[in-house]
Amino acid sequence: MTVQTQLQPTSRWQKFWKRPTKPYIHPYAGGILLGIVLFTAFFLTGNGLGASGGLNRFVVWVQDAISPQHVDTTPYLLKMAGGDKDPLDDWIVPLVIGTIVGGFASGWFGGRLKIETNKGPRISKRQRWFFAFAGGAIMGYGARMARGCTSGQALSGGATLSVGSWLFMFAVFAGAYALAYFVRRLWN
Amino acid sequence: MTFPLNLEALFGKPIMFLVFGLIGFAFGFVLESSGFGNSKKLAAQFYFKDMTVLKVMFGAIITAMVLIFLMVGLGVLDYNQIWVNPTYLWSGIVGGLIMGVGFIVGGFCPGTSLVGMATGKIDGLLFVLGGLFGIFLFGETEKFFDNWWQNSGYLGRFTLMDWLKVPTGVIVLAIVVMAILAFFAAEQLEKFFGKRDLTKEPKKRAFAAIALIGLAALVILVGTPTTEQKWDKVAAVKEPVLENRDVQIDPAELYKTLYDNRLKLTLLDVRNEADYNLFHIRGAQNVLLSEVKSLVPGMLAHTASNGVTVVVSNDEATATQAWKVLTAESVPNVYILGGGINGWIDKFGKDETIIQKVNFPVPDDQLQYIFPAALGDRYECADPNPIENEQLEFTPKIKLQMKRDKSGGGCG
Repeated sequence: MTVQTQLQPTSRWQKFWKRPTKPYIHPYAGGILLGIVLFTAFFLTGNGLGASGGLNRFVVWVQDAISPQHVDTTPYLLKMAGGDKDPLDDWIVPLVIGTIVGGFASGWFGGRLKIETNKGPRISKRQRWFFAFAGGAIMGYGARMARGCTSGQALSGGATLSVGSWLFMFAVFAGAYALAYFVRRLWN
Repeated sequence: MTFPLNLEALFGKPIMFLVFGLIGFAFGFVLESSGFGNSKKLAAQFYFKDMTVLKVMFGAIITAMVLIFLMVGLGVLDYNQIWVNPTYLWSGIVGGLIMGVGFIVGGFCPGTSLVGMATGKIDGLLFVLGGLFGIFLFGETEKFFDNWWQNSGYLGRFTLMDWLKVPTGVIVLAIVVMAILAFFAAEQLEKFFGKRDLTKEPKKRAFAAIALIGLAALVILVGTPTTEQKWDKVAAVKEPVLENRDVQIDPAELYKTLYDNRLKLTLLDVRNEADYNLFHIRGAQNVLLSEVKSLVPGMLAHTASNGVTVVVSNDEATATQAWKVLTAESVPNVYILGGGINGWIDKFGKDETIIQKVNFPVPDDQLQYIFPAALGDRYECADPNPIENEQLEFTPKIKLQMKRDKSGGGCG
């Protein structure tokens, strides 16, 4: 009896978190839905979507907390956090937090919440972690240089027909395809 | 009501942040549902096995684009108030190439790594940490190439329509058709490299393609609203502004603004060339009323948050017409020189005896002065002496209105 009463809440707990795994939605359905989200963002707010800009503000927020003087003397950081400016006081910050929560909710709904490492079959987990970190660093650097990432430049600028964003998009695909063959061991 | 809304002014900051939070939620939800939390699925794009990245990305771009320009065409949405990523040619291309490398090495892009992390993918978490580190590095090293980053290939708000000089609808339709051809090619590649059975693909996708092409064709049919139509939409709000004389600034205020380093003044003289050659305020740019509209893309391309535009005619009638054009096209902070050039000379030209005021009535918006020669801005009162005019009394009217967050959109 005692064993059962102990188990029952655990299993209900487990049931809540381990929903049956659903397949991903069809890419075209995903594209249309994402397009509607992007349109809604522009229609209501005049702004598109973004991610790296929000992450940037978290980085600068930490930098500002550690060394406000350094922030005040670096022009690039000054724009976001100079003086008494709060780097987190920007629309992109709630957007990024919403993205994380939304991703989590969808993962829960589709039964895809799982601690795991996705990698190609020929590399170890540790190698994958190393390359994920390295790739992230390269991507973060490039995204700030390009003033936006796939969401902020390619999606938002693409839909509003910015010349720079279209060229940027081709550059991203060119960079990735050019290198893909040489790093095929990572994924295949 | 015109969209986009100024959420902060309408509902306050908490509601604005809530709206962005909800948009973010939907964004994350769709990304994860499409499989973008899984780095293997993302990387497969670059080995032609699974073209989900291309399909979702271009699917989203064309869907949003068609809806945006349909709403713009119908006059519901104001394109000039929408954030269009400014074009910085070279930093965009180099940054894009670097990002491509990061994409294939790390298996994510910033947005997708967030949903990867949120669903427990350790590689997603490490990518996010790496991304934060890369962003930190950029902030610390930007100073070494600041000039290149800020200026190289800078074109401001530069759209495909500005570049190709083709109507919006034609570009929208061409992009939709190209995207659908790309989808077709992508499916063939998946069949070849990924051994995907295309017969199992939903037939409905053909209807979606036709619907998108139809909507894009509708964008061409609807066209883009003319300046007159745009004015009609805002007239109810803007006519009272003119009647209250909220935007007709005193000559003294214009004079002070010429010397105000905090403001970036554009002075547009909308009179005919003959009058301009006779006399104009120093620094004024001559542009005919009929050509004012052609300045709009340039003015929107390089809007500084401290930019002020003042339009000038002999009295106010032509300047008011120009003001209506610029205001209808959403150019921010436009003012009219109250009393025009005649009022300016009344104020600053009292002692300049070679300029004679005529003693017979002249029609409205004509020069009331006679000039001995077409000296342009070489008359004394074209550039009044700052020492003599240190003290001037006027009611200040210039108020900078930033219509939207200057840090703008995208990944600002």
